[in-house]
Amino acid sequence: MSSFFTYIVQGTAITIAVTLVALPFGLIWGLLMALVHTYGGKLLNRVAAAYSLLLRGVPPIVLLFILYFILSGSINLSPFWAGSLSLGIVSSAYQMEILRGALLAVGGGQMTAARALGMSRLQSIQYIILPQALRLAIPPWSNEASIVLKDSSLVYALGVPEVLRRAQQLSATTQQPFLAYGAAALIYFVLVFAVNRGLDYVSERTKLPTHP
Amino acid sequence: MTNPILETRNLTKVYGQNTIFKNIDLKVNEGETIVIIGPSGTGKSTLLRCINLLTSHDGGQVFLDGNEITAKGYNEDEVRQQIGMVFQNFLLFNHLTAFDNVMIGLTRVKKMPKEQAKAKAMEELNRVGLADRADHYPGQLSGGQQQRVAIARALAMDPRVMLFDEPTSALDPELIGEVLGVMAKLARDRMTMIVVTHEMGFAREVADRIVFMEKGNIVEEGTPDDLFYHPKHDRTREFLWKITELYGKKEKEKGDKA
Repeated sequence: MSSFFTYIVQGTAITIAVTLVALPFGLIWGLLMALVHTYGGKLLNRVAAAYSLLLRGVPPIVLLFILYFILSGSINLSPFWAGSLSLGIVSSAYQMEILRGALLAVGGGQMTAARALGMSRLQSIQYIILPQALRLAIPPWSNEASIVLKDSSLVYALGVPEVLRRAQQLSATTQQPFLAYGAAALIYFVLVFAVNRGLDYVSERTKLPTHP
Repeated sequence: MTNPILETRNLTKVYGQNTIFKNIDLKVNEGETIVIIGPSGTGKSTLLRCINLLTSHDGGQVFLDGNEITAKGYNEDEVRQQIGMVFQNFLLFNHLTAFDNVMIGLTRVKKMPKEQAKAKAMEELNRVGLADRADHYPGQLSGGQQQRVAIARALAMDPRVMLFDEPTSALDPELIGEVLGVMAKLARDRMTMIVVTHEMGFAREVADRIVFMEKGNIVEEGTPDDLFYHPKHDRTREFLWKITELYGKKEKEKGDKA
């Protein structure tokens, strides 16, 4: 019985690892695309819009298979890396939309004021727009973080031995499907809960003070 | 006659079919306070934005200290360091304290050493009477205080010219005075200023010259006395009469309430 839990808890480490690759990768790539979409020229704007439309219009699992075969086929990545990066690419489209909304919410006035002070566009984005936009993005980003965490279970289909994969194996060998999948569910729930609480705390700490 | 610090020649701005303003010739001498008045939608604000190159122009030239800043390839960011701007809706950087709002231009744009920038930022906040609010965020300041911080932020860059785009239009009446007070002090210190405003009291007392614009043209310009008491054009007289009457009414209502 104890080996049952040890086995599935080891999978937790892999689930976390997949998320820790996919989420930051999606953040950086998504941020870049959001900036290009918002501040890039007409052409770049269209490219970014098409990117977002395409990736968000297809189920993640389908994209995961396509990207997996491209990534593992062309540069010979392991299932773990190919799966995690694919998940990151899928997430980048959603994170891009979150960040784009935040950039727009900061408003053009802040950019005008920064430019009027003599800042370049890049400086304005770096020192004025992003610090405000990232604050605004935390609550919706928290939601995306929990989605990526849960969607990390999709890489089980590529044979990565994360929580769901191990739960499936245990279910088959022990004939205890409820126990196996129940343990997996509990693990996901605890992880998502912790991430959301953690980001709530960050959001609270970085909130800008209003009236005294 | 000295050379003007700022000059526009035939400056023209067109949006699609709409001519915002046409062939504007404006000369501003060092230390002068120019107040631009006129009905809404006559291109006053757009004119200011064309002067510091925030908006592109469609014809004519702008000169700062004799250099054509509208020339191709001229460094726009450099120009804007020398032309301060204060906006109707303040536009303070919301994620920065009053102090950091004033300092960020010094450290990030002017690349001033930190200690020096700190001293300068404090000095500018002092100048607008807000040294005690240095660590407050914009969300914690009244509109009048925000606008004074915005003035300090622009002043910190040591601009050659300051542009004010209806700086008191978004303020509650009781907060207008503190902002106009700071501006009047600047004018006395011989800061070169172009002010777009509907505050006729300010225009009359502080302006060296008033420019009356309508429908994208300069109808008339002259000293406050010239425009208020001996306007050459009927339209100027009509506008000033209307706006002074309105202002007087507001004053009277305030008096009645008190």
